[in-house]
Amino acid sequence: MTIEKQLRDGGLSKSDVANLQRRVFLKRGLSLSALTLLSGCDITNTGPVDGFLRLISRMNDGAQATLFRSHKLARTFPESMVAKEFRFNAQYGADRIPIINPATWRLELTGAIADKRSWTLEQLQAMPQSSYVARHVCVEGWSMIGKWGGVPLRALLEKVGADTRAKYVMFRCEDPINYSSSIDMASALHPQTILCLTYADRPIEPKFGAPMRLKMTTKLGFKQPKFITSIHVTNDYPGGYWEDLGYNWFGGV
Amino acid sequence: MNAKNDTVILHARVVRYAHWGWALGVIILIGSGWQIYNQEPLFGFGFPSWLTIGLGSWEGAERVHNDIGLAGALLWHFAAMWLLFISLVVYVIYGFASGHFRQRFTPIWPSQVIADVTDFLRGRLDHRLGTRNAVQKVLYSFAVLSMILMVWSGLVLWKPVQFEEIGVPLGDYEGARYIHFFGMTGIVLFIIVHIALTALVPKVLPPMITGKAPRSAVAPEALEQQS
Repeated sequence: MTIEKQLRDGGLSKSDVANLQRRVFLKRGLSLSALTLLSGCDITNTGPVDGFLRLISRMNDGAQATLFRSHKLARTFPESMVAKEFRFNAQYGADRIPIINPATWRLELTGAIADKRSWTLEQLQAMPQSSYVARHVCVEGWSMIGKWGGVPLRALLEKVGADTRAKYVMFRCEDPINYSSSIDMASALHPQTILCLTYADRPIEPKFGAPMRLKMTTKLGFKQPKFITSIHVTNDYPGGYWEDLGYNWFGGV
Repeated sequence: MNAKNDTVILHARVVRYAHWGWALGVIILIGSGWQIYNQEPLFGFGFPSWLTIGLGSWEGAERVHNDIGLAGALLWHFAAMWLLFISLVVYVIYGFASGHFRQRFTPIWPSQVIADVTDFLRGRLDHRLGTRNAVQKVLYSFAVLSMILMVWSGLVLWKPVQFEEIGVPLGDYEGARYIHFFGMTGIVLFIIVHIALTALVPKVLPPMITGKAPRSAVAPEALEQQS
């Protein structure tokens, strides 16, 4: 459950408030005033050490953005190396995997986008498709090779008149934990960043985010949300589910 | 000759700061690295939680999300990375600019190693401050080699796509995971031997803290380099 939703429902616990303060701090961390905050008492709920570590993490976002090369393609592999049984990884068990009806599913577009009409699955399937066999790297340490196919995110963003000079693209998901994540625009426009509809040439299964997930070769797995229902283009740092809990935001590989 | 003249500066300030900055960075990297390892062990064992760094951070993450502390460990790991990086850069620039490397890093001859090891085992190996015997040279070379492997494999694990080219000799991402583990093992072994030898020859410790050493304990050739 997102903090915003909990705020609306009015059911805030002490830890939620702490969590919210962390998020506010994180947003302040974007400014130079963060350094002065570190010595103040505003962050008693976060702790100066955690606050300092988060500040370094934001610096690491900048370092990774510098290292990112927009035309550098990840290595691809022969199809024989594609994993038959890909690893299921989520914050909830297999019994809570959402089953989304592809016929009624819609992709909502919000933020700095000219044409905000929602998209159906058929419309996405009618777009030019792209696929690759590449390595998926999880923040936990494991990696697997798979074949993913779908619509290049760049093609969709350009078609709907998204402001590609905006800083962030955010994804919201329809799953049991209201998952969300966000990526930088440069990575969003990378040729291997796709709105993924297939795995090994077949429609992706519910456990991997059916009907649509994000797939990219330049970020860790948790930056590639499943069960996406909305795309938001913005200049305001949007954070995300794991990012708000302390995982590095850029999450590049 | 008064008491003040009886001490000399054995380790320059830069060397001492680099040493302790490095020591702190390496300890944080190992502790948080073990926590990261525990999330997805390469072998059939994990490290005891009390030996790791990062667990218990983000209490909310653990309570709500069953996160065992990976977020905290990663934050520590990638913060300590900078401490190590800065210490290393400062030390290497100083080492070349001041002639420290030229004076201190001399060739290792196998005959000398055998002779020094034999003396060491017989308890007869004398250690004058400011010099390195062959046993130390081999030990430090091993540590440097481990560090190079750690930085190399670490860069591949951090950026397997952006640094793909340097990952090829290590067996790409999955190969780098093993190299990173074995490099860590090498550094832990070095630290154990390094501390054990310091305990055997405690007079080497104060100069690494204060920089100063009694003139009488320092080898003549090291004194020559001071002037």
